[in-house]
Amino acid sequence: MHQKDPLWMTIVIYAVLFIFVAFSIYPVLRVVTVSLRPGDQLHSRSLALIPDNATLTSYVTLFTKTDFLRWLTNSSIVSLFVTLLGVTLASTAGYAISRFSFPGRRAAMISLITTQMFPATMLLLPMFLLLRTLHLWNTFGGLVIIYSATALPFCIWTMKGYYDTIPSSLEEAAAIDGCGPFRAFHKVVLPLALPALVITALFSFMAAWSEYLVAAVVLSDKRLYTLPLGLKQFQSNFSTEWGLYSAGALLVAVPVMVLFLSLSKWLVGGLTLGSVKG
Amino acid sequence: MAKVTLENVTKRYPGGVVAVRDASFEVRDREFVVLVGPSGCGKSTLLRMVAGLEEISEGRVLIDDLVVNKVPPKDRDIAMVFQNYALYPHMSVYENMAFGLRMRKFTRNEIDHRVKEAAAILGIGEFLSRKPKALSGGQRQRVAVGRAIVRHPKVFLFDEPLSNLDAKLRVQMRAELSGLHRRLNATMIYVTHDQTEAMTMGDRIVVLKDGFIQQIDDPLKLYDRPANTFVAGFIGSPAINLIPGALTGPPWVFDAPGLQASLPESLTHGLALTGGTPVILGIRPEDIASGDGGGAPLDVVLEVVEPMGHETYLHFDLGSVRMTARQVGAGHYRVAERVRVTLLLSKAHLFDPSTGSALRS
Repeated sequence: MHQKDPLWMTIVIYAVLFIFVAFSIYPVLRVVTVSLRPGDQLHSRSLALIPDNATLTSYVTLFTKTDFLRWLTNSSIVSLFVTLLGVTLASTAGYAISRFSFPGRRAAMISLITTQMFPATMLLLPMFLLLRTLHLWNTFGGLVIIYSATALPFCIWTMKGYYDTIPSSLEEAAAIDGCGPFRAFHKVVLPLALPALVITALFSFMAAWSEYLVAAVVLSDKRLYTLPLGLKQFQSNFSTEWGLYSAGALLVAVPVMVLFLSLSKWLVGGLTLGSVKG
Repeated sequence: MAKVTLENVTKRYPGGVVAVRDASFEVRDREFVVLVGPSGCGKSTLLRMVAGLEEISEGRVLIDDLVVNKVPPKDRDIAMVFQNYALYPHMSVYENMAFGLRMRKFTRNEIDHRVKEAAAILGIGEFLSRKPKALSGGQRQRVAVGRAIVRHPKVFLFDEPLSNLDAKLRVQMRAELSGLHRRLNATMIYVTHDQTEAMTMGDRIVVLKDGFIQQIDDPLKLYDRPANTFVAGFIGSPAINLIPGALTGPPWVFDAPGLQASLPESLTHGLALTGGTPVILGIRPEDIASGDGGGAPLDVVLEVVEPMGHETYLHFDLGSVRMTARQVGAGHYRVAERVRVTLLLSKAHLFDPSTGSALRS
């Protein structure tokens, strides 16, 4: 068993942890500060976390005088479809790779990994040309396809890895209990793969929600702008509206945080414990 | 009425490995048939072909005179208990047992009735709302059996269902499953590598080795008249003593290093023998008595003595063959002690060393 650390050790551990927490959380707190500043103090050098005359004006302006709500809707639509597509394709493709042997199985697995070797910037030009040819440039459809394509390899591997841990005797039991292959997948395998599905969903969602570079290439119509593109508009050659920028950035982060917190219990595996003799 | 017939069934895996070769036998209605053999002998593959979980490469499997080669498992009206239980971890015990009935669109009342009935038979009524992970190994095993019996299937298939249980529980469940068979009056096929389970539970036993059926018989026939050296050695514990030697005569004398014994007429009657024929003499440990009388006497030095309480196993060397004798009671034997034993040759078996087959008229 683990022996309890001496007091000085505990203090050192906590001190180090505290430094790291401060290191990662301070910039976020600065953004909060900036978003609360009244317009005349944007370039203040004060280090106070809650500025003098703190105000929510930036937030109000964001919702009333900018297209923030439109960007939010656009981002939501795109992210939702990417998540749906990602979960549907990854859960089925991962299952096929995990359970069946078919010609090209190995090649498929390796090429999935290979795609992860190239940074998105390298693929921008071919992607642009492809979408132009397919008349998907400047559409949500094009963006959804690209986002899904980038998120899928990781998701498929995650799902495949998780399916591998589910004993196939469960599907055999289901087959004898009266399920065809699809029903066994739906009634027995999928519920057990919930932790992996959650990871897949989160990953797909995040691949779409806060992505800037690809969106900037694919979308040119301002009405189609997603959140990151919209926020970038507050930045111009001559001045940047830091208050709006900060407020928007914080609001963009909220859904991701909520998702993580609410799904965290599913991120812990162990659901298959007890099904078969361990 | 539910019988299972296998006709020349062969299982060949891609890559050329043959798991089962040309297996043919019939499981009669309400019969308890045990498939037994060492690991890798093809017994589980055979069962899985009956279940529909493995494709049949050649031959036919019939359930009640209907060829089921292409019938999916769900339409074969069978139930199976897996070695690792294969309970659905996300469902409660009740849901685990009800699942097969739900899939078959039974009414809620009928499902409830059947699940509770099965739970009562198996003594798991108080666990119905628990998840499998909150159960002990023995309880999980009962749920797995319960999931099979609620269905009232034509045929029950068991794939080494007791091998994950500890020894004491295994003996108990063995008796319970036998009791269940009598109670349900159902056709059952049971796979095991444990010859004790096979002997105690089976109406008939199919012994397999390397994908070939070695012998199909009821337990005592298998014990008393093994078809070859493999069956003789596999059935019975401690294992039969097999002594390679040769026959001289007639009158027929078995000749091996350290042993020269005239064989009783009953053993050689009707056999076409010639002098000098090599044979293997098989004699079970309980057919070696201590002291003199009624057979071939032998003075031996005890190498190992295993007192079991109700019986004692004596191990000694005969030539290069390590022999085992079983004596009733504790006895008071010591290692390195010189004792006289007698081989009761009227109970012995003769085998052909080249094929391993029993020599019988």
